[in-house]
Amino acid sequence: MAVELVKIVSKNFDIPDSHKLEVALKHGRYESIDKAFSMQPDEITEEVCKSGLRGKGGGGAACGPKWKLMPPVDERPRYLIVNGDESEPGTFKDRQIFQYDPHLLIEGIICSSYAIGAHDAYIYIRGEYKWFIDRLNEAIEEAYTHGIIGEKVMNKYDYRIDITVHRGGGAYICGEKSALIESIEGKRGHPRLKPHGKECEWFYGMPATVNNVETISSVPNIVLNGFESYTKWGTEKAPGTMLFAMSGPVKNPGVYELQYGEKMLDVINDIGGGMKDGLKLKAVIPGGASCPILTAEEVEKAYLDYESMWDIGSTLGTGGMMIIPEGTSMVEVAKNLIEFYHHESCGQCTPCREGTGWIDKTIKKILEGNGSDEDINTILDVCVTMNGKTICVFAPAVKDIIQSIVEKYRHEFVEYFKS
Amino acid sequence: MGKFKYTEANEKEFARIAKKYPKIDAMMLPALWLVQEQEGWVSPDAMIFVADKLGKTPIEVYEFATFYTMFNLKPIGTYHIELCKTLSCMVMGAPELKKFVKDTLGIGPGETSEDGKFHFSEVECQGACGGAPMIALNNQYHENMSVDKLKKIIEECK
Repeated sequence: MAVELVKIVSKNFDIPDSHKLEVALKHGRYESIDKAFSMQPDEITEEVCKSGLRGKGGGGAACGPKWKLMPPVDERPRYLIVNGDESEPGTFKDRQIFQYDPHLLIEGIICSSYAIGAHDAYIYIRGEYKWFIDRLNEAIEEAYTHGIIGEKVMNKYDYRIDITVHRGGGAYICGEKSALIESIEGKRGHPRLKPHGKECEWFYGMPATVNNVETISSVPNIVLNGFESYTKWGTEKAPGTMLFAMSGPVKNPGVYELQYGEKMLDVINDIGGGMKDGLKLKAVIPGGASCPILTAEEVEKAYLDYESMWDIGSTLGTGGMMIIPEGTSMVEVAKNLIEFYHHESCGQCTPCREGTGWIDKTIKKILEGNGSDEDINTILDVCVTMNGKTICVFAPAVKDIIQSIVEKYRHEFVEYFKS
Repeated sequence: MGKFKYTEANEKEFARIAKKYPKIDAMMLPALWLVQEQEGWVSPDAMIFVADKLGKTPIEVYEFATFYTMFNLKPIGTYHIELCKTLSCMVMGAPELKKFVKDTLGIGPGETSEDGKFHFSEVECQGACGGAPMIALNNQYHENMSVDKLKKIIEECK
């Protein structure tokens, strides 16, 4: 069966001027607000729980239960922080929302803020997305001007909501939610130590929830049409849809909304148009650069949902598929990615700061023809040493991608010894 | 007190943005962006100015500014060409674009042309993988880049 595009978050993407309020209103934006304010905040959270909505920023954690981690409403201010940092290589989906439907995000923020009792929302966007930041700010300004947000919601609901876009400064680690909060608080983006038990995030010591842009943008549909409208898509454990991104030498790279559970190869061929210029598929990094690489044979068995990906030894991540063609040196691929991670390690934890540099130098040595089996083993040893011994999951992500490349394509590393 | 000052418009903008946050500390990124948009770079004088405004020490501002790669800590010329070097761009031809910049402008990563007009940076993933390879010219994205397209862009800047 051919892969079907689903239009929930992306419903308005193809409508001309869909970013403008006038057009957005004509095409259903803010229709969920009346329904939301006819419900109690807890009822919205329950609806989101039942929908099975999962975080789209890479982790895939359930959204509703995360909202429930917020403490009961008291006199303290509480915050919604929207993660639009989007710096994972291969990931370029949230920018579609900024560009084509910023009012969907604002609508989602209103519903979500009301559900968790927040009155101030901050959208943290990577600094490089200046154009998208301007586009979103224009939409927010329109929303203020028309009384959609501000002291009242939609000019009638007595609930203040203020939205602020916070421009990042160029640091991949600020996509990690606690590093992101540190960054807004005016500090280096160093991830925080995690508590033993599950609890909400803390922004200037006050309760906060951090959600990805696409996650928040998925909320209005669930509120308006009920959780059943969402669970009819996807799989039992991963209901709904995701904006899957595809890059590399396919005929139609881009961002496509699909239900979870589609066959990866069908998506590459039916939606991506297959490989271009007669190239052959060699490998795919399935969900952003941190996910273990899949060989062409493994791609044939891969399905795009969290559980299926785990079953074949990878992860779905952000859904950003990076296509690698035959003829590409996997040693070069490993070098390219470890340079990224070495550059972007925040430096707080020694295993990560030193480990990324060590692997970087060792792969360079191999590429220069000075490597040996011992160097390959060193890379694998460093991967193990980094894994699980740092504050955040940056180092485990490095281990996942580098170890998988070295183990699956070890023969290519050996080839460089002979040359 | 150093020589740097915000323009009148930026002073107003600083005050406008500052009202949005529960603490002035959150103004670190916005304050530095205002500096860079005004001057093109963040000078030591400007860091002292920002520290003074936010109740920080200059070293706190310095350690912050050096963490974030987008702040220019020296003047970089009129046109900043940023070439994404990460995987999808690499696979789709970023190395050829890098070579072209070196051949035509004589500058490698981190270098400024002799006339001070162009500065070239190789940067990590810019979130434009579907339009790889990409460059940003003074923050504006140009995707599906080719040597011919880049040649035209550079000619227009000259």
